[in-house]
Amino acid sequence: MQPRFCMEVGCGSGYVITSLATMLRHESSAVQYFATDINPHAVETTSATLEAHGLQAEIICTDIASGIGKRLSGMMDVIVVNPPYVPTPEEEVGYKGITSSWAGGENGRKVIDRILPAVHELLSEKGWFYIVTLTANNPSQICLVMREMGYASRIVVQRSTEEESLHVIKFWRENTANVKDDKSLGSWISQIPLLSFWRSSRFSS
Amino acid sequence: MRLLTHNMLACNIKGVTNGYPLRLEAEKWVEKEVDFNADFLRGVFPKIDWPALVGAARALGFHDLLPVDAPDPSVLASDDELLRRFHRALLQLHVEEGGLVCPETSRRFPINKGIPNMLLHEDEV
Ligand SMILES: C[S@@+](CC[C@H](N)C(=O)[O-])C[C@H]1O[C@@H](n2cnc3c(N)ncnc32)[C@H](O)[C@@H]1O
Repeated sequence: MQPRFCMEVGCGSGYVITSLATMLRHESSAVQYFATDINPHAVETTSATLEAHGLQAEIICTDIASGIGKRLSGMMDVIVVNPPYVPTPEEEVGYKGITSSWAGGENGRKVIDRILPAVHELLSEKGWFYIVTLTANNPSQICLVMREMGYASRIVVQRSTEEESLHVIKFWRENTANVKDDKSLGSWISQIPLLSFWRSSRFSS
Repeated sequence: MRLLTHNMLACNIKGVTNGYPLRLEAEKWVEKEVDFNADFLRGVFPKIDWPALVGAARALGFHDLLPVDAPDPSVLASDDELLRRFHRALLQLHVEEGGLVCPETSRRFPINKGIPNMLLHEDEV
């Protein structure tokens, strides 16, 4: 697949979208990146991270893809999400401050469950969707929800610490048999220190 | 924020039906060189709302950069000059400071440091 549009929802530090763009820079110059985050400080950090690497992305401060999802529907070839997935009291889920970087509500699914239909709208026919989950999020149930919308899935990264086990799941539309050439993206995603990142962002401010 | 993004953004306030295109107010903008890629441009052309792009370019002071009427895709295939103008408008012009104003409600979404803020107030969701 030759991606044309890539997107990250919940871009935070900007680390993930920056490494995706760095990796794809060698493949093609004509990829456009979109990155959204609900936290106004996060989007500025994303912008600074990209700039420090000489990269460009369109950054929007919004809830998931609100305001942009309709016109971009069906256009995203790659979507990556490292969502707020830590189980927390429901009232911690929401708009303001650093808490929104991890607070996921009951089972950590509060935001994830709203992201899934948004991804379904945005993803292109051949698109790939990567999401980071904890065991507490019930990843197999996430796969079921996606299956009902027509997606196949595979765990591409699995990592455990004493406290929790983390997965990166890849989704693609069932009718597209294009899983074979994803070596580069698969290995890229496994290089990202996802877990360590949200930990440091959680405790640093 | 590039004009590509302006072309994709719509007012997201609950109940708004004519929230597109947002009127662009550009207080500060910059131009950044981007590699020209004809295939990308031709591929994305059908997704672009041409009048919205023309309006956005005008908001930056580019009154003659693009033809008012959307070109036929076949013209885009042969007219390199037009394709380069399309490239410039869509990908090279960045709004750094300004706002996006909903045509229906006049609600203004600010653009700061190149980032549009589409967050809604509680009574808008
Ligand atoms: C676990 S952090 C991951 C950040 C980033 N991907 C990284 O690795 O640095 C989750 C991010 O999602 C953002 N977020 C939370 N709720 C959101 C929502 N409803 N829409 C968009 N972003 C959201 C948070 O602000 C936070 O930056």
